[in-house]
This record gives sequence, C-alpha cells and structure tokens, in this order.
Amino acid sequence: MKILIRNGHVIDPANKIDARNDVFIAAGRIVGVGQAPNGFTANRTIDADRLIVAPGLIDLSARLREPGFEHKATLESELTAAVAGGITSLACPPDTEPPLDEPGLVEMLKHRARNLNLAHVYPHGALTIKLKGQTLTEMGELAEAGCVAFSQANTMVQDTQVLLRALQYAATFGHSVWLQPQDSYLAREGVAHDGEVASRLGLAGIPVLAETVAIATVLQLVRSTGVRLHFARISSAAGLALIDEARAGGLKVTCDVSVNHLHLCDVDIGYFNTHCRLQPPLRSHSDRDALRRALADGRIDALCSDHTPVDDDAKQVPFGEAESGATGLELLLPLTLKWAREMKLPMSTALARITSDAARVLGIAAGTLSPGAAADLCIFDPRAAARVTRESLKSQGKNSPFLGLELTGWTRYTLAGGHVVFEQR
Amino acid sequence: MANNPQLDANGNLKHLLSIEGLPSDMITAILDTAEPFTEVAEREVKKLPLLRGKSVFNLFFENSTRTRTTFEIAAKRLSADVINLNVSTSSTNKGETLLDTVDNLVAMHADMFVVRHASSGAPHLIAQHLEATRRPNVHVVNAGDGRHAHPTQGLLDMYTIRHYKRDFTRLTVAVVGDILHSRVARSQIHALTTLGVPEVRAIAPKTLLPSDVERLGVRVFHDMREGLKDVDVVMMLRLQNERMTGSLLPSPQEYFKFFGLTEAKLALAKPDAIVLHPGPMNRGVEIDSAVADGVQAVILPQVTFGIAVRMAVMSMLARG
Repeated sequence: MKILIRNGHVIDPANKIDARNDVFIAAGRIVGVGQAPNGFTANRTIDADRLIVAPGLIDLSARLREPGFEHKATLESELTAAVAGGITSLACPPDTEPPLDEPGLVEMLKHRARNLNLAHVYPHGALTIKLKGQTLTEMGELAEAGCVAFSQANTMVQDTQVLLRALQYAATFGHSVWLQPQDSYLAREGVAHDGEVASRLGLAGIPVLAETVAIATVLQLVRSTGVRLHFARISSAAGLALIDEARAGGLKVTCDVSVNHLHLCDVDIGYFNTHCRLQPPLRSHSDRDALRRALADGRIDALCSDHTPVDDDAKQVPFGEAESGATGLELLLPLTLKWAREMKLPMSTALARITSDAARVLGIAAGTLSPGAAADLCIFDPRAAARVTRESLKSQGKNSPFLGLELTGWTRYTLAGGHVVFEQR
Repeated sequence: MANNPQLDANGNLKHLLSIEGLPSDMITAILDTAEPFTEVAEREVKKLPLLRGKSVFNLFFENSTRTRTTFEIAAKRLSADVINLNVSTSSTNKGETLLDTVDNLVAMHADMFVVRHASSGAPHLIAQHLEATRRPNVHVVNAGDGRHAHPTQGLLDMYTIRHYKRDFTRLTVAVVGDILHSRVARSQIHALTTLGVPEVRAIAPKTLLPSDVERLGVRVFHDMREGLKDVDVVMMLRLQNERMTGSLLPSPQEYFKFFGLTEAKLALAKPDAIVLHPGPMNRGVEIDSAVADGVQAVILPQVTFGIAVRMAVMSMLARG
C-alpha cells in the first residue's frame, strides 16, 4: 500500500520541519517528505490541504482498563478513542486487575492490542507484586514480554528500603522506573489539594508536601542508584522546583504533566464536580501556571492525557467517594493546542511535547516523520471547532471535566504503521 | 463556576445547602421569618398549616438524634408528614446508591429531603440530581455533610446571637476548637462574615485548623487566653472522641488545659459575653460544667431557637 499525503502543512518537530510538503508512505514506512522517491505511484492520495500533518501522537499514560475493569472500558473502545484523537502510541500503567506483574498478562495485552491493529500499546510492568510495594516483580521477564518501564501506577512504595532495592534492581538492568510522587502518609484520606478550596468545601486535603517529600526522597535514591527515573504527573510548583534543582546539579531525571493539570486548578471543583477528582489533585492557580511555563520551556519533558475512563456510577457519588480520573485520549490534541495558543508558542513546540519528547521519555523509536520511520501520523484540522459532549466521545469513559467546552483542533486522519486507522467522515 | 444551586432564577431559596453564597438579606429574612415561630411553641395548639399535605423525608446517612428530632418537630409543627429514614441501617448496606435511594423516595412523592451525610457535598449531589431529572418542586435541606456545612446550625447560632446581642456589626466573636473537622464552624464563620461581624477569631491548635483558614475571613489564635480577650460571643465546638488522642492531640486532659473553656478563661471575655455550643457537649473536655451550666451559657435557648429556625427554612422552601 502506497499513500501520498498531499499539500499538507507538515510539522515534524524532531526534524525541525514546519512547511507545506507532501509525505510519501510505502510498506508501512515513511519513504519521503517533500521529494517523491523514484517511481512512487500512490494507491491512495489524501488531500491534506489546510490540514497539519504531524507524527502520530504519543500518550505517556492511558488506562485501557483491561483486564479487570471491562465495565469501565475495553481495549477496543479505548484504542478506537486513541486513534480518533490522533494517538498512535500509548503507554499504559500497570494498575489493571490483576496488575501487570507477570509476563503472561503483558503478552496477552500486547497480543490483543496487536490484533485490533489500531494504536501501538506499550505496557508498564508493575514494579512490585500486586503493586503492594513489598516484593519485586520479575522485571527481566516482564521486559522481555514487552514492558518498556516499571511503575507503581499512581501509588508509591511506602517502604523506602523496598523502594531503594527496587530502584537498585531496575538500575542493574538499565530498566526505566516511573513514579508518581506522593507520600502516602501525608496524602492519607485526602481527596483534594490542601488549600482554601478544600477548606471551604470541607474536603480532606492532600498537601503539596506530599509531593515534595516524595520527590526529595526519590531524588536521593536516584543519586545513589543511578536508575533511569521518570516523575509522572507533577502537580506543584514546589515539586517542580526540586526537580529543576536536581537537574541543574546534573541528575538525569525526566517528568511529565497531564493535560488536566495544565488547564484546571482546584477552583474548578466548584460545587463538588467529581470530574475534577483527580490523582494527583488539581492544585492552585499558581501551581498550574508554573506547570504551563515549565512545559513551554522544556523543564517538563512531555504532556500526557492521563486517560482514565471511569463509569458514571463511580462518579455520581459525593466528591470524596468518587473514583479519581478523567477521560482524555480524544482531548489530548485540542488541549495541547489550546495551551500553545494561550502561551503563544509555535505549534511545533507544542507538538514536540506529545511526539518527539514523549518518544524520548518512553524510549521508543517513534514520534517523527524521518524517512524509514514507521508511518504513524496524525493529520488534523487546526481550525475545526467542536464542543466536547458525552456523545462526541468514543471512549467508554464520559468523565471529562471539559464537557461542554468548545475546543479547536481535531483529528481528521490517523495512520498507524502505514494504515489509515481513523478517518473522520 | 456554576450558578448558585441554592437560589432559583428569582433569587428565592430553592435548597439550603450551605451558608456560603447566601446573601446577607437572605440570612436576615430567614431569621426574621423564624421570629414569630418561637411563639408557636408557647401556644396550646403548636401547629401551623404551612406544610400541610407535604411529605418531608429525614434522610439520615449518619447517626444523629438531636438534629433529626428538631427537624422532625419543626416539620410537624408546620403540619407536614414526616418520614424518618436512617439509611445507615437500611438500603445502602444492601448496595443501593445514594441517588437510587433518592429516586425511590421521589417516586413516593417526597416534597423535601432533610439530608445528613458523612461525605461533604452529598446534599449538593442530590440537589444537582433533582435539577437534572427536572424535579423543581423537591427541595433539599442540608442537615450536615461531612466537614462541609451545617447551615441550619449556623443559622440558629445567628438567631441566638441576634437575640442577645442585636447588632452583628459591633461584635467580636471567637470560634473555639476543632475547626478542621467541623461543618458547624464553617457555617458559623460564613454566617458571621456575611452578616458583617468585624472580627471573627478562630482559636485552635495548628493540628485542628484547615489550610488557609484566614482566607475564610478569620483571625487565628493559638493561645486561648489571648483569643478570648474582650470577645462578645464564644462559640465552642464539639471535639469528637476519636480525635482526643492520636496524631492530632495527645490527650483530652491536655486539650482541656489549653483549649477547654473554664470560668477563668471566660473571665477574659467581655463581662456580658455569651457562650454557645452546638451540642452534644463533652463536659471537662472542651467546656467546664461550671461554664456550661453558668449564667453566660445560652446553650439550651439555642436548641429552642433551632426549631423555629428550621421551621423558617422549611416554610420558605415550601413557599418557593
């Protein structure tokens, strides 16, 4: 199958391409940008006039809910949502039921995802058995089964001795470890950012200290072990400052932020809106602004959807009892573009955070339109505007804090491995 | 932020969920409406027909005797039919969700829900659900939700203060005790600041104060003697048993020593200062018996006024 994408505005941050160009695809790979390879005749031509042609988006965190939570979402529903959002590669946290702590589960997940032939799935293996923070998993076996990193999803290893050993063991084999930094004692019972909003609403608070104490501890352990460490979902300015300082001192750690934390803060909880029950919690205005700036200047490496489909029953309860998380696969692109517009950033910088930068963090060869690369592309209309509604979301999760908001920049075509996997009709 | 869910398009009271967001003239209107109701109890026939034919459901997901009883009395004095549901011991144990319970009761033609729930925001959730399912004639009264609000308690406290002190704009009021976990304290603070009390003080150890509490408009004191100096009103809070020892406080004895209200400490307040307590009291923990039973305590009048204030709220909701 040979495909010609004609007349689009190609933005490939990895290759610093930002111009009107044709893109040529053959046998699942990019075979040329601008210049047609010799003897190229397309089986299909996609007219990308007035559209942006970008590498397929890479989402650093998307819960697909299989196995174990099929009443919330399925691989098929969520991967359909992913490609509708222009996402061609995604990493999924190991907090399925059972958790991804043994190779068979990972192989099954990879196999089922491959059969669906939509987006590429990169599972994270559990760092400890059942994510309990006590016993190390067989990281070597899990890596061979396809795990690209190890994590505790959104919990922490409470026992610092176990954590030290887990990081030492991962470092032995060069595995990457992702941690969402939150001290579980300081966050105990908390459901919202510990500040004025939580105080008014009578919600138990999670102090910023829960994040900074965890980051400070992990940074010490990284210095000692030399492990490749990624901080997932930074939520506070103070947490960010600790990471900045460590990096200035030469420590190689990376971090990301979710689109929710880029656009929302605790005030958005309003009258107990459970769609704003998130983990980590939405923090203050000034935290949000610090995250927006840090993502712009690259101190935060990448942006992700932190997609978490939750069923209505688990959200239509009082705030503190609600399950945390928001659906996001389909909103990653328009919310990234919204941030870029508001920050007056070039579109290429914004797209880098969800393509080439995300690929670097994840350690995968993707996120670029270089000749020879897999033909994963997101072709979108930067001017198309549409309101986010329950009906418009393909994800089984309708739990979005952005419901009702009009967003701009929607995917028209998604290609994965040279196949058109989504096409807006 | 969404529209104020408590008021209808004409600014009338639709639900009573929190004192925060109520305009001061609405609070005053409730207190004024309560005024004649205090006399109803003195009559031989203690009934008014304002809620005749209406069904009031006391929906208590958390145990309470006093609040439930006073709501029941208030509704009955307005001639309503009152149905008491202690849901903590019924359907939710069988797995029914809060909103399923509400839908079932709406199908039984409930006109008003008086809701107590351990989770902050539960009455808001019910009110939002009634809006979403287009039940504009069903009203919700928050009878205490988590740490969030206990608006009728706040209102009856304001009624009591007004009864004894008249003018809110010349008062110094201290709220003392476990403000962190107290829905009563939050409702009191919102009511006092909305009614124009120039100085509201919060007196507590740091472990019992919510973050950024100053933003609610209070001045914080950790030394009770300093905080009580020249106040007109002392509002004591109940300390829950489970919080008396642990990581919040070392012991009830030490708490009493530093934050219990004794005659000696009360002497630092104005000579005519009044003492309120929402009950039930822990004598010897947050308040000394000599004060609780003393001439400055207005704790029993609070209970009496509470019925009139709840009658006022229910009658205003029913009137629409």
